[in-house]
Amino acid sequence: MSDLKTTPLTELHESLGAKMVPFAGYAMPVQYPLGIMKEHIHTREKAGLFDVSHMGQVILRGDSFEAVAKAFEKLVPMDVLGLSEGRQRYGLFTNDAGGIEDDLMFANRGDHLFVVVNAACKEADIARMTAALEPEIKVEPVTDRALVALQGPAAEAALEALVPGVAAMKFMDVATFEYAGAELWISRSGYTGEDGYEISVPNAVAENLAKSLLEHPDVEAIGLGARDSLRLEGGLCLYGHDIDTETRPFEATLGWAIQKVRRPDGARGGGFPGADAIFADLGGNAPRKRVGLKPEGRAPMREGVVLYASSEGGAPIGTITSGGFGPTVGGPVAMGYVTAEHAAIDTQIFGELRGKRVPVTVAKLPFVAANFKR
Amino acid sequence: MKYTEEHEWLQVEGEIVTVGITAHAAEQLGDVVFVELPEVGSEVTKDDEIVVIESVKAASDILAPLDGEVVEVNEAIVDEPNKVNDDPEGEAWFFKLKVSDMSPMDDYMDAAGYKDFIG
Repeated sequence: MSDLKTTPLTELHESLGAKMVPFAGYAMPVQYPLGIMKEHIHTREKAGLFDVSHMGQVILRGDSFEAVAKAFEKLVPMDVLGLSEGRQRYGLFTNDAGGIEDDLMFANRGDHLFVVVNAACKEADIARMTAALEPEIKVEPVTDRALVALQGPAAEAALEALVPGVAAMKFMDVATFEYAGAELWISRSGYTGEDGYEISVPNAVAENLAKSLLEHPDVEAIGLGARDSLRLEGGLCLYGHDIDTETRPFEATLGWAIQKVRRPDGARGGGFPGADAIFADLGGNAPRKRVGLKPEGRAPMREGVVLYASSEGGAPIGTITSGGFGPTVGGPVAMGYVTAEHAAIDTQIFGELRGKRVPVTVAKLPFVAANFKR
Repeated sequence: MKYTEEHEWLQVEGEIVTVGITAHAAEQLGDVVFVELPEVGSEVTKDDEIVVIESVKAASDILAPLDGEVVEVNEAIVDEPNKVNDDPEGEAWFFKLKVSDMSPMDDYMDAAGYKDFIG
């Protein structure tokens, strides 16, 4: 693991007994002594602290926020210009074929746009933004800050005790706070389906903040293993698995993230990579769809399991892109793509597991209802 | 008690060998969520994949350590897979084999040998 990058919290993870694994070029904690199952349940019931410092934090600056927003809209099919100060949105970088290059969060932080992208894609994302936006817009990777997420119903009380004022934030609000003489950039968001916060903290203060949060009796350190099962139950896509350069937003049922103003009849409709291919899926024309899948019985169906319309087999109708055991659901859960005619909720299909075709039901996402503070 | 490099423990009583996975294996697997056992009465050959075990992290197999007939399986771990984590070397045995040729047992490790093996 010596060639792997570390985060400002690596030493803390090791001191807590984490099992470290390589992930997107970083040594990251996959689990702590508590174990994935208990870490997952703890996050749903109380609060979990996640190190997500491997993700890319980037600031985009121009003459004004409007200038940055207009430029950024050339890269994403989202309404950036209409995003109010102090608010954040989910977004997608698309390619010329309408596929998804990465998913991201972007926030209007007054005089600049703050973007958080996936670890595995961050270099490509920075290169894409730099090539498309500079020199008018300055693309500044943020390398002196860690990123942690505090998730779960007890997150509000635990963070409010250290950072007064955060309790007043609503889902997808962003704001700046002071902690130990440092500036925290906090958003009320996350990727577990639970209420919570994502906190950008200067490297020098990161361990102090993490340790202080962990001192709260309701907060446990949570690894990537539980992060994956939490987001899966939450129906949230994992880039490179549930969405990738070959999947288009409406196939991925992420059409909700494309606001009206960027759709064909909108005031700023189109004008992003792959707009024509993406709009061709409108009106129910997407040939396949991402759906929730509930395998019968207890055996988990994981990524790569092939789906069939009939127990007899025949031509495949889709594939599972994420799957495993859902600790809160108490059974196997999955998501994947199926052809449009098999995408209706409650459709019975089959997944091939060790040579047998096991019944699977198309299920509503999320598997566990979101618990956001709207 | 004998141990295999596949992290199984083998307990011999007469011609019956009880097979389970070691505490070390259970710890490495993480929380076990699914176990599929062979059918009672099936004849198995050494190194056949006869058990599927899935943890929250991954799927893995357990191999038959000897030729024999499956005479009993532990349904309790099918109903409650977490028993494999709670008591892997006791209550959570997997299956019992009736074995006629015990000679491969000589090749398996004793407790001290297994301890060295897992380092």
